[in-house]
Amino acid sequence: MNAPAYNFAYLDEQTKRMIRRAILKAIAIPGYQVPFASREMPMPYGWGTGGVQVTAAILGRDDVLKVIDQGSDDTTNAISIRKFFAKTAGVETTTSTADATVIQTRHRIPEASLHAGQVLVYQVPIPEPLRFLEPRETETRRMHALGEYGLMHVKLYEDIARFGHIATSYAYPVKVNARYVMDPSPTPKFDNPKMDNCAALQLFGAGREKRIYAIPPHTSVVSLDFEDHPFSRYRHDAPCALCGANDSYLDEIVTDDKGGRMFVCSDTDFCETRQAQGHRGSESAAPHKERAHG
Amino acid sequence: MAEREDSDQPLLMAEGLGKSYGSLTACRDASFALYPGEVLAVVGESGSGKSTLLQLLSAQLAPSAGQVSYRMRDGVMRDLAKLGEAERRFLFRTDWGYVHQDPAMGLRMAVSAGANVGERLMAVGWNHYGRIRDTASSWLERVEIDTGRIDDAPRTYSGGMRQRLQIARNLVTEPRLVFMDEPTGGLDVSVQARLLDLMRNLVSELGLAAIVVTHDLAVARLLSHRVMVMKGGRVIETGLTDQVLDDPREPYTQLLVSSILPA
Amino acid sequence: MYVAVKGGERAIENAHRLLAHERRGDRDVPELSLAQISEQLSLGVDRVMTEGSLYDRELAALAIKQARGDLIEAIFLVRAFRATLPRFGATEPVDTGKMAVRRRISSTFKDIPGGQILGPTFDYTHRLLDPQLAEGSTPEPPATSDASSAAMPRVTDILGRDGLIESSPSADDNAPIGDLTREPLSFPADRDLRLQNLARADEGFLLALGYSSQRGYGRNHPFAGEIRLGEVEVEFMAEDVGFAVPLGPITLTECQMVTQFKGSATQAPCFTRGYGLGFGQSERKTMSMALVDRTLRARELGEEVMAPAQDEEFVMSHSDNVQATGFVEHLKLPHYVDFQSELGLLRKLRKEFAEAAETSPLQEAAE
Repeated sequence: MNAPAYNFAYLDEQTKRMIRRAILKAIAIPGYQVPFASREMPMPYGWGTGGVQVTAAILGRDDVLKVIDQGSDDTTNAISIRKFFAKTAGVETTTSTADATVIQTRHRIPEASLHAGQVLVYQVPIPEPLRFLEPRETETRRMHALGEYGLMHVKLYEDIARFGHIATSYAYPVKVNARYVMDPSPTPKFDNPKMDNCAALQLFGAGREKRIYAIPPHTSVVSLDFEDHPFSRYRHDAPCALCGANDSYLDEIVTDDKGGRMFVCSDTDFCETRQAQGHRGSESAAPHKERAHG
Repeated sequence: MAEREDSDQPLLMAEGLGKSYGSLTACRDASFALYPGEVLAVVGESGSGKSTLLQLLSAQLAPSAGQVSYRMRDGVMRDLAKLGEAERRFLFRTDWGYVHQDPAMGLRMAVSAGANVGERLMAVGWNHYGRIRDTASSWLERVEIDTGRIDDAPRTYSGGMRQRLQIARNLVTEPRLVFMDEPTGGLDVSVQARLLDLMRNLVSELGLAAIVVTHDLAVARLLSHRVMVMKGGRVIETGLTDQVLDDPREPYTQLLVSSILPA
Repeated sequence: MYVAVKGGERAIENAHRLLAHERRGDRDVPELSLAQISEQLSLGVDRVMTEGSLYDRELAALAIKQARGDLIEAIFLVRAFRATLPRFGATEPVDTGKMAVRRRISSTFKDIPGGQILGPTFDYTHRLLDPQLAEGSTPEPPATSDASSAAMPRVTDILGRDGLIESSPSADDNAPIGDLTREPLSFPADRDLRLQNLARADEGFLLALGYSSQRGYGRNHPFAGEIRLGEVEVEFMAEDVGFAVPLGPITLTECQMVTQFKGSATQAPCFTRGYGLGFGQSERKTMSMALVDRTLRARELGEEVMAPAQDEEFVMSHSDNVQATGFVEHLKLPHYVDFQSELGLLRKLRKEFAEAAETSPLQEAAE
């Protein structure tokens, strides 16, 4: 029987070269979706194959990899992907945002600021921000080429006319480098400002839709809005019940069937780091200590 | 009344314009100059080539012969066949209007009237919701649509209202030239009359130039300064509307004129 | 007191173990062998090879066993394996005219050179569950006869000789053949990419589209010109010896549909065609593929595109069941961060709605 032998980080070198070429092109044209010949991977399309291919193409033996999903290192798919790279690349893995050189993420940007030399790899399901307004690929390609984004603004206008607000809470469209409108992946709009002028390189991989795009470090990323309906972040208005943070995105935990609710940081590394520094929220195990002023 | 353009320079010029499909010639040898603020009607029966001519003039079809030139806002006369796609689409969204016979072709039916009118403004960079909405609202008023219906989609509008919305959507960027393809076709006679009245007033107030394709001589009479009669792909007669319709020279024109049912 | 959920890694390991246990099932029941699957569930193996895009019966059988009989899961396994294989190049085009035919039928003519050969088929069986098969059976040996050396020209070639059917578009020998596993797909797509996409496409999806076209959604009056099943030799051009080297036979099913005739001002009318090809015995797939190949040629043949089966972007973007199942099933992944954002927005809108409702009755009272 044909028994497979796998290359470092699973992909063969030829494929990695193809993906890196696409990545370079994407970096040269910030926000532009570069088509690439996505490979069949051992995990299903829609489960991070784009992100995995980008990470596999850029990973080196000395890299330190962090993988998160919904902001947590411990969710099932993050574990599965981290194990995949531990097995096929043997690189060091970490849960610490500060120590990682490559961070692969689904649906969140870490709360801690990223620094130069880090790469953030986003998993993207639908790369095309105009897809739900215009299902045809031939038409959206033309709209991007000609910078015709009127349709996007029509959608925002309709939201305000109908709901009084722009009704997009995640995957909120942005304009990159004042040229291309881009879908930041299904991160909550709370995370949008972190993409602007970021010190790290941001790469976006959509495996099933076969597109790669990028935001080079220190590029302008502006969320679309109207002057009189400016972009606003949503965050549940409460401190984290475990670490007391007032400025992080919170997960809602259902604690009982009588409407009991609790809110904790979605970014587990951020929360644990704060707790280790002595910050406490109302629900944490250790005795309450006075919060350090950051 | 809007300020008139430098009106002794033509706005649009067609020279020897023609279109053939293999051995079939849809339109041949059309030449004329259109001046700012002037309305030209192109009349003829089905198959006369008038719709093809309109498509050629609005750069939606490439000519097989001749050329069309348009004077851009900077005063330079440009051959439309040489414009890039981006330039052509930009022209279509700002300097030009195109009113389709079927308003559904020229509107986003599932999107509110306000968004329909505001879209062109947003496409050229307007970024203030309130101002976009107010401008859309005042245009709805101008085309005699109840402003309370600004948030309704044209799916809920009558045929006449849809057509008026299409007109508002086209005029919001204050174009200099509007193409109209049977703008009142398919509407009731009374609705037609009201719409024609509205169009005549708007054209005059805004100093618009327009090319109106129609088989209905009454429409030509009401709207246009000049008329071109087409038959079998050729322009057979042209001149001031009243003169041509009151005193047609060509036998075919005489036939057309005489077959208007008396009111 | 709330403790953050941990232990995802252990949960996954336990889930894998449980899966392997359930896959084996009752230990008193004999374990399936790959040979059993390949021999006795051969049509399943044929489908996995076709949509997995890899001709290897043993691997396909292993995939079916590993996937517990879920064919799409098996196709996924085969595709993922295929992606790791080095590519040596492309074979010479196979000549189905030289096929060692085991089954060959045509519905366009009563009799044709080479005859109608029913072969091993479910056609004309009565669909009555057979309890004898449950106990285990030893079927009678089949009837045999000498192999015929009669020529078996393709029906479409017979029609083509009189110019009654459009000639197969002759490919420019120097034009590169598209490969959607190597280049990203973009629209409009040429026929080589369309056929490749359809060959790998989900059988059920193509079946429904083909069916819809027969019911009027893009009708093209199809006739089964010919369906043939048998072995063809695969050859590979070896650069260093300078001629094509035979690699061995593979089993193929080929379907040629004869469809609605068409003419133009400069060309006399003739029948058009749709084409289907698959590994093993895959009639339903190749017939559906041929129907959809034809409906997708609408643009090329100047027909109005009105039905889903004629919509190239729609058909080709949704035909791959590995992509489809990945995305549909990804909804099982945690989405609670985005759901939280939606909850926030919804709660805000509901609050505003309630506030608006409160103020208006007051206004009425004031009047």
